[in-house]
Amino acid sequence: MDPIAQWAGVTRRYGKVTAVRDVDLALAPGAATALVGHNGAGKTTLIKLLLGLIRPDSGDVRVAGADPAGSRGAQARRSLGFLPENVAFHGAMTGQELMAFYAGLKRQPTARNAELLEQVGIAQAANRRIATYSKGMRQRLGIAQALIGEPRLLLLDEPTSGLDPASRADVFALIDRLRQSGATVLVSTHALAEIEHHVDRIAIMHRGALVAAGTLDDLRRGAQAEVTLRLRVQRCHTGQVLEQLPAEVRCTRRDDESLELVAPAAGKMALLRTLLAMEGIVVDIAASDVGLAQVYGRLVESIGEDS
Amino acid sequence: MNVWLLALQEIRIGLRNRWVMATTLVLGALSLSLVLLGSAPTGDVKADSLAIVVVSLASLTIFLVPLIALLLSFDSIVGEQERGTLILLLSYPVARWQVVLGKVLGQTAILAFATIVGYGAAVVALWLRGEVGDESIAAFTTMVLSSIMLGASFVAIGCLASTLVRERATAAGLAVGAWLFFVLIYDTAVLGVLVADQGRIVGETALNALLLLNPTDAYRLLNMTATESTSIYSGMAGPGDAAGLPLPVFLAALGAWVLVPLALAVIAFRRRPI
Repeated sequence: MDPIAQWAGVTRRYGKVTAVRDVDLALAPGAATALVGHNGAGKTTLIKLLLGLIRPDSGDVRVAGADPAGSRGAQARRSLGFLPENVAFHGAMTGQELMAFYAGLKRQPTARNAELLEQVGIAQAANRRIATYSKGMRQRLGIAQALIGEPRLLLLDEPTSGLDPASRADVFALIDRLRQSGATVLVSTHALAEIEHHVDRIAIMHRGALVAAGTLDDLRRGAQAEVTLRLRVQRCHTGQVLEQLPAEVRCTRRDDESLELVAPAAGKMALLRTLLAMEGIVVDIAASDVGLAQVYGRLVESIGEDS
Repeated sequence: MNVWLLALQEIRIGLRNRWVMATTLVLGALSLSLVLLGSAPTGDVKADSLAIVVVSLASLTIFLVPLIALLLSFDSIVGEQERGTLILLLSYPVARWQVVLGKVLGQTAILAFATIVGYGAAVVALWLRGEVGDESIAAFTTMVLSSIMLGASFVAIGCLASTLVRERATAAGLAVGAWLFFVLIYDTAVLGVLVADQGRIVGETALNALLLLNPTDAYRLLNMTATESTSIYSGMAGPGDAAGLPLPVFLAALGAWVLVPLALAVIAFRRRPI
């Protein structure tokens, strides 16, 4: 299937600063992609390019087959929903008025607005001025406007920043619902541990460059990931266990009854077999898989060494 | 359609933050005070006070309407960008020219409402006293319509300032500068040139051109020379017939002063990175 949105060899500079350097990335229809990276890594610049707010210095940006900054850009934006980072609204308007305005711009009937406000949980505040809304309520209103007209592509820039845990959970539930409905979702975020189970693919930006993109498993391989095993061992037998382990396994913590081992992910099964063979000495094994946070950390680390 | 929605939104915000009410009250209070207090110099024998009011109001409009228009518009683009609302608006299927045009239309509509209601109050007051002549009604109508055009041109100039700069404060500075230049400095400078020149290079045609190059001068000449009744009271009547340009020329000049800054604002906004 053709990607619904893509960046091809895109570079964008602001003065002397290169915000985005030679990025190639495509969003396949129906997939949820997380765009992760540190502050200033170029995440928002990528999204702005997709919206046609800025033009690339070189390379090509396409949304639904059209150049979003070109003459057919407005057409391309019709099937798109966007939640900006630090969303802001005109405080003098009420939530309902604002939704009606935005629905009009998208040529959508206003009939479904109440339902959308209900869905994000601010229906009771629909007739209040937005100036009286809390940060969380504004963010919810921001999500509601992004959902107007059931867009096929949703761009959520830091949707969970500054939200309380319950609201964050709501955002992730929303992303799951959108995935199920077949929409394409791009979420830029710092919340690595939280997002990893809610997206299909992950794209990692670092200092303007796309350093990795793929499923979490792809990234684990690319990052030469490691697994952490926590063992419970019979008292005073830890030395005996360590003696029998292959050389690439490191021990990161040790006391009388327990061990914490770090091993390359590729050698995980072999290591487990070795440990299982020590029945009677090794009492219990707990394995923790490598999360996105570790993968990200290792990738960024390896880049730091290169440059 | 989008332009219409954006203009309506601008009007709604103007109603909410009391801009519409404030400008209407200011213009209404001024025009009424001219009617109620301004009859002293003419006495009560005059049959047609409206012509005098038109001349006085036009002089006030030159100072006030550009100021109000610039206050309404200097914030249009740069303010929305600073507040963070522009990025969301532009993510919708709207073209940038529609944003500029919608905002200028909406703000002009606010100004038009304030002018018509505020100045209309003067006519009503005079009409109740039976002091309104047919010819002066025409002059009044011309004055109100040209005031709206003058306002529209300064709304467009303010919007242009708003698209050119990165910060609100700079836009405000530019707006104040534009007001000082067009309303105060330009005429003095032209006068200075005329005195220094002693009529050697700057002839009548050149002077007319110079005056049309400033929207406030085009407005002034239009209202003070356009009809016989007003030109008498404004002191512009006489054998030489000061400007001698027909009404459509002034209207065209004012129209150009709306369209040119508007077009420049669209061009500048399209190039602006958000």
